[in-house]
Amino acid sequence: MTDPDRTDRAADRPSSDLMKRETAVEKARQKTAALALEFGKAWEYAPAPETPDHVKLEERYQLFIGGKWMPPKSGKYFDTVSPSTEQTLAQVAEGNAEDVDRAVKAARHAYDKYWGKMRGAERAKYVFRIARALQEKARELAIVETMDGGKPIKESRDVDIPLASAHFFYNAGWADKLDYAFHGRKVRPLGVAGQVIPWNFPLLMAAWKIAPAIACGNTVVLKPAETTPLTALLLAQIIEEAELPPGVVNIVTGAGETGAALVGHPDVNKVAFTGSTDVGKKIQRAIAGSGKRLTLELGGKAANIVFADAPLDQAVEGIVGGIYFNQGHVCCAGSRLLVEESVHDIVVRKLKDRMATLRLGDPLDKNTDVGAINSRAQLERIKELVLSGEREGAERFSAPCELPSKGFWFPPTFFTNASQSCRIAREEIFGPVLTIMTFRTPDEAIEKANNTMYGLSAGIWTDKGSKIFHVATRLQAGVIWANTYNKFDPSSPFGGYKESGFGREGGRQGLAAYLEVQ
Amino acid sequence: MAGEKKTATSVTGRDDDGTTLPGSAGLPRGGPIARHADSEAPAPRVTVNKAYKMYVGGAFVRSESGRYFQVRGSAVGHDTDPPTVNVPRASRKDVRDAVLVAHNAKVSWAARTPFNRGQILYRLAEVLESRSSELEASLVRGGTDADDAAAEVDASIDRAVFYAGMADKVSALVATHNPVSGPHFGFSIPEPMGVIGVIAPEKPTLLGLLSTVLPVVTTGNTAVALASELDPRTAILFCECLATSDFPGGVINVLTGHPFEVAPIMAKHREVTGIDAWLSDAELRTQVERLGADSVKRAKTHAPRDLEFWLGERQGQGIGWVEPFLETKTVWHPVGL
Repeated sequence: MTDPDRTDRAADRPSSDLMKRETAVEKARQKTAALALEFGKAWEYAPAPETPDHVKLEERYQLFIGGKWMPPKSGKYFDTVSPSTEQTLAQVAEGNAEDVDRAVKAARHAYDKYWGKMRGAERAKYVFRIARALQEKARELAIVETMDGGKPIKESRDVDIPLASAHFFYNAGWADKLDYAFHGRKVRPLGVAGQVIPWNFPLLMAAWKIAPAIACGNTVVLKPAETTPLTALLLAQIIEEAELPPGVVNIVTGAGETGAALVGHPDVNKVAFTGSTDVGKKIQRAIAGSGKRLTLELGGKAANIVFADAPLDQAVEGIVGGIYFNQGHVCCAGSRLLVEESVHDIVVRKLKDRMATLRLGDPLDKNTDVGAINSRAQLERIKELVLSGEREGAERFSAPCELPSKGFWFPPTFFTNASQSCRIAREEIFGPVLTIMTFRTPDEAIEKANNTMYGLSAGIWTDKGSKIFHVATRLQAGVIWANTYNKFDPSSPFGGYKESGFGREGGRQGLAAYLEVQ
Repeated sequence: MAGEKKTATSVTGRDDDGTTLPGSAGLPRGGPIARHADSEAPAPRVTVNKAYKMYVGGAFVRSESGRYFQVRGSAVGHDTDPPTVNVPRASRKDVRDAVLVAHNAKVSWAARTPFNRGQILYRLAEVLESRSSELEASLVRGGTDADDAAAEVDASIDRAVFYAGMADKVSALVATHNPVSGPHFGFSIPEPMGVIGVIAPEKPTLLGLLSTVLPVVTTGNTAVALASELDPRTAILFCECLATSDFPGGVINVLTGHPFEVAPIMAKHREVTGIDAWLSDAELRTQVERLGADSVKRAKTHAPRDLEFWLGERQGQGIGWVEPFLETKTVWHPVGL
């Protein structure tokens, strides 16, 4: 456990302050060694599964177009599979270009006939209805989200669904206050919004997209991700039950081609996309010159910076939450840990201890911390990148947990001794894999943190307030969590710098994406 | 294509081949007429012609490529220019050099207090005012109607004053405190994006350049701008104003050349974070947006607008010109003991 290199280096240093600190660190290390957690079998919990009994999924879902459930023109359906059991949950319609066209026409009709003209105060009440219905159906939605996507029930129950409802509630209140939102500048809706969302937070992303769009008076065609379409379809049922005018929200399920047809449709005024940077660039290229408004929320490779003066136990909680929350399927995941060199060993030690307590397994179990990887394809990508990390000489540690025999699983993992040039330090893994690197000065931390094409988020852990602001102003990232991580709120703008995309979602700033502000 | 383009202004007081004396055409101190020195009239003084150069990093430079294009214009007032003037034709390398300079200038420019940036912009307004008659004459020489030129210069000076006062107001106008549900304090503040590429509109040649560049730099961005190819001389005169104001070198860099060459290079450059391109050619606008996608560039393209648009205080300026080149940074911190 004692690093001989470190001892040598410390001895060479003339600074007595440094020596003192090294001694303190050494003492702390010995103390934590003495307190090393021994779990054995003591912390095994009895299963506490959330029962899916009252959730009734249909065998087959149609497209939701113009307020009606319509079979796809393609006649084709695809399976949506539970990644934790590999069981087929339901069949979902595969919308083609013709279906997209029908949906855009329905949205245009709804915009011209009802929604674009409706008083904001009236629109607001429809949006509030959706928020309330999401709360009423929260349990069902959480279960379906977990079954379809593989995320732990405690996350879908405590984060995804409440936040989705909160986004509708928050934006509903804006609908009749848009005249005040931009210092009295005149605003008007854009028209029809085509929205394409990812599989990591299926219902929450639908809420991020639909709520501000319709609150601002636009109508919507939304394409959910092909591996997680179910909660968006349940949301369509809620919208139907809330009696929104037909065509205000249309849901067209399908894969990449369906999405391409949607963003490429000539009668779409606004495109909003959340997903990979590669696809984001394709969309930006495809709609160049069309005059369509665009917002992109793309990938990330966030640096989580831990200074030696940070409250380390809290930092470790933040590191774990930052990267292992939702199996690391988070665009703002703190996937690069930058630790001040003097506390590297102690942080790694504490991290290993904490990871030993993470429970991986049945996502429907209320005690589960780490669920299933969303799809086989994503699992393969994670494995491939982890293999590249090993090949490039980084040192791998994976939490000691048993993986279920069925489904797609990957243990919480981190790499030490990684260099900035490693693929695991540069590419978005989108899985529970952390790359740990060190720094000696704040400048070095900032430089390393910014050494990426991404700029979505970052974390700063220190007890010194002035250092937080010093570092925060120099980090090229859209969201900075200081002494916390992965916090979201509908009132708080979210979105990236650089190749993490442009535009913001949430807050007053998020409205601008759906309005023409004169 | 546009390399052969000539400014469509009349040539007053001299023939295209330059063989006629200026006579009463308003060239009191001579012109390109030294060849007539052996005539009977007293020989007019031989004038010193200005070499027009681009403005990069606070210095006046030629194109590294050695390429040039030519503009012609009518002689107005005290004008020592020959009927045909060579202007640098910016190359790919010139764009890259200017972007590097702008990149190196951005950290210290953004780190200045908004109050300080405001003072520097106000200083620019002072310098512009003191050279207003020269700017006006230059516009007319470049083909702008005399009445329009006076209005354009006045509006340009006022625009500089507008954005001078904007520097320390932007935050108050766009920043928010975010009332999140939980024990956290959160806020969102505007930040400059970095280096912004500007393709100034063809017309108005002075007001268009000012109106596109100043909202970009007032918030702490640096700019690489391509001046209107119709009247690059007025743009260079504006650069002389920049050079004698308190603007640090590299904050505003102005190239001369052709949009069809320069705009795609800017759009492709990864260090250019955003682009504000005013282009009459719709295909070129599409191309800029498409090329910008490779680096997820904040590319804004616009079709030409009339002079009224640019002169207007509601349309030609405002927070709406500033916002597209700002990032929003959201910061969270826990609240507790």
